[in-house]
Amino acid sequence: MSEPTPILIENGRLIDPSQNVDRPARLLLRRGRVEAIDPGDDEIPLYCHRIDAAGCIVAPGLVDLGAEFREPGREEDETIQSGGAAAVAGGYTSVLCLANTDPPIDTPAGVELVRRIAQAAAGPRLHVVACLSEGRRGEQMAQLGLLAEAGAVAFSDSPRPTGNSALIKSALDYCRMFDIPIFDRPVDPDLVNRGVMHEGCVSLVLGLAGLPTEAEDLAVARDVRLAEATGGRLHVGPVSTMGSVDLIRRVKSRGIRVTASVCPQNLWQTDEMLRSFDSRFKVHPPLRSARHVEMLCQAVADGTIDAIQSGHMPRSREKKMNDFDQAPFGASTLETSLAVVATRLVHSELMSWSAAIERMSTAPAAIAGIEGGSLAIGSPADVAIIDPDEVWTVDSEAFLSNCQTSPHDGEEVRGRVIYTIVAGEVRYTRRPALEHLAISGN
Amino acid sequence: MATSEPGATDTASLTFPPPWNRRHLLDLESLSVEEITTLLDTADKLKTLTDGCRRKVSLLGGRTLANLFFENSTRTRNSFSLAAKRLGADTVEFSSSGSSVSKGETFVDTAKTIQAMGVDWVVTRHSTPGTPHLLARELQCSVLSAGDGAHEHPTQGLLDMLTIRQHRGSLAGLTVALVGDIAHSRTARSNMWGLRKLGAHVIVCGPATLVSPRWTELGFEVAHSLDEILDRCDVLNLLRIQFERFQSRPFPSVHEYANRYAMNGQRMRRCKSDILIMAPGPINRGVEITPEVADGPHSVILEQVTNGIAVRMAALWLLAGAEQGASSNYE
Repeated sequence: MSEPTPILIENGRLIDPSQNVDRPARLLLRRGRVEAIDPGDDEIPLYCHRIDAAGCIVAPGLVDLGAEFREPGREEDETIQSGGAAAVAGGYTSVLCLANTDPPIDTPAGVELVRRIAQAAAGPRLHVVACLSEGRRGEQMAQLGLLAEAGAVAFSDSPRPTGNSALIKSALDYCRMFDIPIFDRPVDPDLVNRGVMHEGCVSLVLGLAGLPTEAEDLAVARDVRLAEATGGRLHVGPVSTMGSVDLIRRVKSRGIRVTASVCPQNLWQTDEMLRSFDSRFKVHPPLRSARHVEMLCQAVADGTIDAIQSGHMPRSREKKMNDFDQAPFGASTLETSLAVVATRLVHSELMSWSAAIERMSTAPAAIAGIEGGSLAIGSPADVAIIDPDEVWTVDSEAFLSNCQTSPHDGEEVRGRVIYTIVAGEVRYTRRPALEHLAISGN
Repeated sequence: MATSEPGATDTASLTFPPPWNRRHLLDLESLSVEEITTLLDTADKLKTLTDGCRRKVSLLGGRTLANLFFENSTRTRNSFSLAAKRLGADTVEFSSSGSSVSKGETFVDTAKTIQAMGVDWVVTRHSTPGTPHLLARELQCSVLSAGDGAHEHPTQGLLDMLTIRQHRGSLAGLTVALVGDIAHSRTARSNMWGLRKLGAHVIVCGPATLVSPRWTELGFEVAHSLDEILDRCDVLNLLRIQFERFQSRPFPSVHEYANRYAMNGQRMRRCKSDILIMAPGPINRGVEITPEVADGPHSVILEQVTNGIAVRMAALWLLAGAEQGASSNYE
């Protein structure tokens, strides 16, 4: 592959939580890496692309801890190509994709297949979260060592919860050999039965079966206790309840190595949305009541919750068109995550831009143990350029994702990705294509 | 049986429909006091006009009602059909078994197909809450809910209210207890909203596993002992235990349930002398009600059935008016 043309990003506000930087700066990308911050004029190559980032934030590209790309086998929902296009449109430069494909990714060959397709797709860097259990059946461990060798960065049966406590304990124990985290979507399957929405006053009135908060709390309690007992690396998420926040806060204060994440929609919308019976609000974790939403926002702001993940669960329109009980959980969220976080947390002054980028880039990269999440010199040239003040209206029909179902459809949001650069290449831009091609020269 | 005699006796009073703007009847929670009152008043008038729902008046000749039931039903389905026929309309029946639904078609497509055949009202029942609301967004004709999961059963709520009103003149100030499986009951929810809007005090009573304490947050009285509330009640509405909907048993045995909640002769003696005993049916004799109470002098269970036709006639007629505009002449 030929070396990409160097890129100089000028006039922007550089925010890099990994270096604790938030100031105007020029950024030079070369040979797929960050070459210099504030290079002198003599360091700038004669031939390079210049991007004018005036009024914009220049940040390390976002890192998603768990999106579903559904390929192979469920391409009607999403492909690696379409999901990748959605990801870069959302500012993501690295995505961990989940193993709920058909067949599920539980072999080294499966990991290899996904990586190869991703290389051709020219989207974000794709990393594989391989199955925790053989066939995602929740019974026996998958071949975790071989999967790790093949490049899997984490193990999970998500979005299927791991009901089997013995399995998750063994996996946490076993994975200490590879220093690879187990991701668990905390749900006690015995307590959810046919639940389709948050259990509370709204579900009571609507007559819809509830997903009780204690189903999540119990699973988090079990998971963190097993992490403590084994010393294994555990990431719980996405979480959605006050009870989870409370448990995570307590185990962290005792120095146990546990991390947690939350989805943007759970930081904004409440179960009141379900009164429309519109299946675009049937997401997982479910939209909870206002008290939970408030508490989750606080927990993200104070760092109890380490990361924000898209929770991208694409499902085809014909599936979502079903009645509310039959329609699957899921929505397309990669293209709205940043705007939702900006609108809900940053513009409301609950947290700074720097903290928001830390939760969506630096922290998830560290949890996954992958490169990215930093613009320090020598880091991968994975950059998101964000207009913090552009106001726009979410229109799922315009999504690049195959799944055009969004819980935020029609909402006005503030903050938008203008450029996404992966390995020094512009993979997404909202500006006219040639504008950034201004060639420098004296 | 009615103690309040409606004044109208000829079709003249019905040629100009009362103010009505809704095209669908999906639930009672979203209706105003005025809308519910209009429905009940119209039901009373139509009941009189049809000689107690027995005679046919051709108010809505040439129109067609489609029954689109995805759950089994005989009484509600027949009640809607009779209501349409009493008003001179035609009916057509679809059921999920034996139609395209069993061939994998989605229910929205089925409903659109039926609409394309030129029907004016689709009456629908489905096990999933919100299904009528979804159809109402997709269809141009009127949609009437005949029950959606555990959500609402608006015409059942209306017929229960109509029955009480015929006996008491007004619902204001009455204490009405809904007893039994509140968790799975759409009848309970429609009654709760409708009764409260018209000024009644509503108690939901049943085992703690079937009556959520959250109802208190929503302003309803919650009781777990029937014996403790009996002497305060003007009306008892005894709901069927919906065994078919349980994942795990919410009480240890039917015997234990009947012991605490069945309305029997002994409990009747502790009630107010003019108490009304209602049940939406089908009733499980010996579970929520004993035969001596079901067939006793306070029982209005069969009047409820007749009033079912009356409120359904009223709903069809008002929705047809909303579609046509208030100046239409239906004769």
